[in-house]
Amino acid sequence: MTAPTQSVQTQRRPIPWGKILAWASLVLILCITLFPFWWMLRTALTYPKALFQNTASLLPVQTTLINFKRVLGLISAQEGVALGGTGQAINFILALRNSIILSMMVVVGQVTFSAMAAYAFARLRFPFRNQIFAIYIAALMVPGIVMLIPNFVLVRSLNLTNTFLGVALPAMLMTPFAVFFLRQFFLGINREVEEAALIDGADVPVVFFQVVLPMTVPAISTLAVITFINTWNNYLWPLVVANEEKVRVLTVALGVFRSQTPQGAPDWTGLMAGTTLAIIPTFLLFILMGRKILDSIQFTGFK
Amino acid sequence: MSVQSSSIPKLALQAGSTRRWRTRETVWGLILILPSLIGFIAFYAVPAIRGVVISFTDWDLLTPAKAVGLANYMHLLKDPNFWRALKVTAYYVLLNIPLQTILAMVIAVMMSRLTKSLVIRSILIIPWLMPSVVVGLLWLWLMDPNIGILNAAIRALGGPTVPFLNLPDLAMPSIALINIWQYVGYTALLIFAGLQSIPGSVYEAASIDGASELQMFWKVTVPLLRPVLVFVAVTSVIGSFQIFDTIAITTKGGPVNATKVLNWYIYEQAFTRFNMGYATAISMVLFLLLIFVSMAQMRLMRAGESDV
Repeated sequence: MTAPTQSVQTQRRPIPWGKILAWASLVLILCITLFPFWWMLRTALTYPKALFQNTASLLPVQTTLINFKRVLGLISAQEGVALGGTGQAINFILALRNSIILSMMVVVGQVTFSAMAAYAFARLRFPFRNQIFAIYIAALMVPGIVMLIPNFVLVRSLNLTNTFLGVALPAMLMTPFAVFFLRQFFLGINREVEEAALIDGADVPVVFFQVVLPMTVPAISTLAVITFINTWNNYLWPLVVANEEKVRVLTVALGVFRSQTPQGAPDWTGLMAGTTLAIIPTFLLFILMGRKILDSIQFTGFK
Repeated sequence: MSVQSSSIPKLALQAGSTRRWRTRETVWGLILILPSLIGFIAFYAVPAIRGVVISFTDWDLLTPAKAVGLANYMHLLKDPNFWRALKVTAYYVLLNIPLQTILAMVIAVMMSRLTKSLVIRSILIIPWLMPSVVVGLLWLWLMDPNIGILNAAIRALGGPTVPFLNLPDLAMPSIALINIWQYVGYTALLIFAGLQSIPGSVYEAASIDGASELQMFWKVTVPLLRPVLVFVAVTSVIGSFQIFDTIAITTKGGPVNATKVLNWYIYEQAFTRFNMGYATAISMVLFLLLIFVSMAQMRLMRAGESDV
């Protein structure tokens, strides 16, 4: 940084206004990103009857955990109504359980079967390998809505509507993205260990499960997290195939909860307690695996 | 995408059992892809074909489907609701994409100058990881006309109550705002990753040649970033055309059809009116439209490359 002037006094470093402005804007953007989450928590912790007082208070009004108890069904229905909720029990525990079951089914199935296929595409030669892979990739471009109705019709004709299997099946055996994602990683790992094992007479599945999979745990776990979050967040598909309470997942349950307006308006404190619960698993995963998720964004950005 | 040929046979050759290895390779290859292939055929390939077939029928799920030829597509051409949905969707895409992309670009450029902080990048990505249902509910509450915090803030500044999602003219811009909030950080990080891959030496060379900041941005950054920008533009437009969750949670197509986008119209036709054939026909048209728009975008953006 060389000042163009000769005098000693003016050689003081100029105030970097540009940089200050940029930092200020960045901080503002971060605040706008985070504030809604604070407001969610603030509302969830506000006593239901106190919601209408102090609508602009940045802190919870009459801080309480009653809303969480309410949506988890830990207080009686009459008490709930008295607090401004609906008479119907809001069974979030059940919805949480359903979301966990569904996400686990999809993650375990999709990751296992996609990893098997990805390994075959990356390492083994068999007839029509490249053609099959190309068709998988082409399917990446097809928008979800095109598959929605035919898949609904299929699941319905298999009598699997309102079952976990029916919701999970279309994503349980593969997604084109998962196969593509893992194949890239398998192509990138060293073959020497695998080859040594094969020469020693080990068969393909032994090599795959005992040599390759342990080496690709980071990639596999990244895919598992991405798949978990996608399944957890999914709304339209479970809405269409599994709307009954026994299999209703969190997103669908939140949608139902939203349309109940017990006293002319939605039950905001209850809803915000529900949304807070709904995002806790994602937050936990993100704290554990944040870096991997960020790296995978770069990876998919350059495919 | 080059598919490398396996090098394992070479070694197997040394072991002296090439043919046996080849067979084993084929057998295991087919076994390993079998589950995925079943999944692909059952839930991608066959449904895609079946979708085309359904779109040529009149079918309410209860009675057998009747073949009606092109009737659904002909009806679509004259259906004012379809055209309105198309217009509403296009309006949404235009509200959403330019602002989101520009904002993301600004954030990415700022970050590339200021920081690579993992914490900041993590914060920016959080909204994108959340279910759209949660994001929709959260903003429905923030934007509530009576006791929402946004209106409390506007009133505190002396403004009038803004019925964000309840006024036909404001509903779609409000939805666009919600989705920009959800996706801008993710888009910024994609662009940021692209910026990181531009070597610093390019900028040094440009500054030695006396290029100004602005010139460097337009003559160095933008052209080198083009592949990433094409990816961002194409994928975000495709995503934007398919908006559903946010609208299903907040406005349900209202007020007065102001937010009845194509996906909502398809959903409504299929699952509340059980016009399976017609709904599928609309989804096919949306698919063709997306192919067309993506190709147009790629052509336009590649055309720009020649003058660099």
